[in-house]
Amino acid sequence: MPPGSFVLARSAFPASGSRRRSTHLAESSPAPESPSPPSTLLTIRNVEKGFGARKVLRGISLDIASGEFITILGESGSGKTTLLRIIAGFERADRGEIWMEGKRLDVTPPYRRPVNTVFQSYAIFPHLSVFNNVAYGLRAAGAPKHEIPERVIRALEMVKMYEFAQAAPSRLSGGQQQRVALARALVNRPRLLLLDEPLSALDANLRRQMQVELKSLQREVGITFIFVTHDQEEAMALSDRIALLRAGHLEQVATPRDIYYRPETAYAAQFIGQTNLLRAEMRDGIATSGAVSWHTFGPPGKVVFSLRPDHIRLVVPARVPSQADVSLARFKGRVANQSFGGSSDLVEIDLGNSQILRARLANPGVLSGDREFEFSSADAVRVREGGDD
Amino acid sequence: MYSRAYKSGVTIPPLLWVVVFLLVPYSILFCYSFWSVNSFQVIVHSWSFANYVELLHQPMYFDTFLRSVRIAASVTLFSLLLGYPVAYYLSFHSAKRRELLYQLVIIPLWASYLVRGYAWKTILGTDGVLNGILGFLHITSGLTSLQNTLNNFFAVHPAMHSWHASFVPLSFLLYSPFAVILMLTHIYTPFTFLPIYASLEHIPRDLLEASHDLGASPWLTFRRVILPLSLPGVVAGATFAFVLTLGDFLAPLLVGGPSGIMISNIVASEFGAAYNWPLGAAISLCMLLVIVALLFFTEKLERRLAAS
Repeated sequence: MPPGSFVLARSAFPASGSRRRSTHLAESSPAPESPSPPSTLLTIRNVEKGFGARKVLRGISLDIASGEFITILGESGSGKTTLLRIIAGFERADRGEIWMEGKRLDVTPPYRRPVNTVFQSYAIFPHLSVFNNVAYGLRAAGAPKHEIPERVIRALEMVKMYEFAQAAPSRLSGGQQQRVALARALVNRPRLLLLDEPLSALDANLRRQMQVELKSLQREVGITFIFVTHDQEEAMALSDRIALLRAGHLEQVATPRDIYYRPETAYAAQFIGQTNLLRAEMRDGIATSGAVSWHTFGPPGKVVFSLRPDHIRLVVPARVPSQADVSLARFKGRVANQSFGGSSDLVEIDLGNSQILRARLANPGVLSGDREFEFSSADAVRVREGGDD
Repeated sequence: MYSRAYKSGVTIPPLLWVVVFLLVPYSILFCYSFWSVNSFQVIVHSWSFANYVELLHQPMYFDTFLRSVRIAASVTLFSLLLGYPVAYYLSFHSAKRRELLYQLVIIPLWASYLVRGYAWKTILGTDGVLNGILGFLHITSGLTSLQNTLNNFFAVHPAMHSWHASFVPLSFLLYSPFAVILMLTHIYTPFTFLPIYASLEHIPRDLLEASHDLGASPWLTFRRVILPLSLPGVVAGATFAFVLTLGDFLAPLLVGGPSGIMISNIVASEFGAAYNWPLGAAISLCMLLVIVALLFFTEKLERRLAAS
């Protein structure tokens, strides 16, 4: 459907027609997945967007389940905010489609989408009181007059801003405005809540506190959250799934644990948590990278592995080395640097030939000189390197 | 801390300005308003309220003032009706043409007031451009009733203008309140446009997105967000148009005719041909009082609108 024809595809779009269209699209779409399962709330298909000559999004396809907390994670300029704005309706995709429950969302004007946004700048109306800010959406939707005060107050109670109902927004702190913005969006009971770096303007303590509250709020209301951030720790702490965006394409979409322990690409491994990239040569089931080698499977050739610093352990000298254990890889190196980090220290190990590995060791004491280290070969995860940029 | 020399350096010029250009002239005006002119056309420096009493007793002054207010209110209304949509379009929908359009709106400000006045004279005159076109199209006669209505609305002495109806060309175009309103609307619309445009430009665009996001249609967004947030600009623009029109005396002189006389014309004639400076001073001071009160009020209104 061309982007201009949104009169046809408003909320009045007949459900049967749109369903047929949806299946038809799924068949003709190059994506291998079958028509969305019933729990899918939002389907993004091959969305592309450019500003002038600059391509911001290159063929994004993503299914988002109902009730899910999904984070779009990426560096600044990766296109994450643009993707969010396309879902909200503030930008129009050059190509591709967005479907929500059998209806074309991307051709619906923003004020008819069952989607609400918490803006990075909060965008609180300065001329309206907190109460009237929260009531704005209900009034626009023509909610029954007697219902409005009750719903507004409940929403304000939910974000602990009840006592500020009559306050002017200019008297609120950043954190309080944030809560009002959240209440203003949630009071409409949207099917989908978009959050554009909502915590980035808050200081570290408040931020952590809001993260916890946001997560429990999401469980409480059961609304699907799409959360945009550049902060990988925040993404890991909050999300059911993370969609890692890099220069306009999705690098990996997975649960935080999967993306951490099973990164698919070198970029994902490096962006989410710290890692050691081992460029290895495979031969006869043994991977060799500089001074380190370990048993693994796969065809011969050059392969890149990701090894998390916390997977490297110090070998206790007293123990008898069990060389027969092929699941372990051992190597010797000089402790080049050790930075104290409380419960664990980050240690740089110099293996010679300018090969340096980082290890996160729990309470190792002060280390120096040559030591022996080990890791399970299963923890060295094969990753793809480079992108198509 | 600033040095004594620096402090006096920054304070003295504005102080001088206020004293030389405001305090001294207004004090002189104030004194004049209590003096009088004797039968030999000499200003008598004796103090009395005679001029103010005269202003209250002669209905002509109050009527003319009332007409000036009506004309000023009309100009304000029309320049708002013209200026707001233009400012709105420029601010929200003009994209690449914005610079050009902005300049086009502003350009008349660089042209001389008198030139524009004479241009309107040529357009509106009995043998003017507009009457030529209307006469060519044979549609003047239907408009003469409109002419009478307009004259009756603004006229001090309706009897004076009864002969107007017998003219075939539309005489109400020129030498009438209509002409004054038309010309002043043309001249002061940019003044109304500018503060409105500035206030629209100051509205954070994410507020409009937030409004749409919360389900408000573009029209509702205009009513609930854009209009309230642009009201300070509207008040400022309306103040410009109203106050400038109220004090205008060239437009009535050029295109107003006897029925389009405004209060400033009376002031001008008192200081000129009538040679009654004291009475002119008294009228000026009354006008000043009205305008200062008005500015005080709108300033407060603007502040309240901007704060909420």
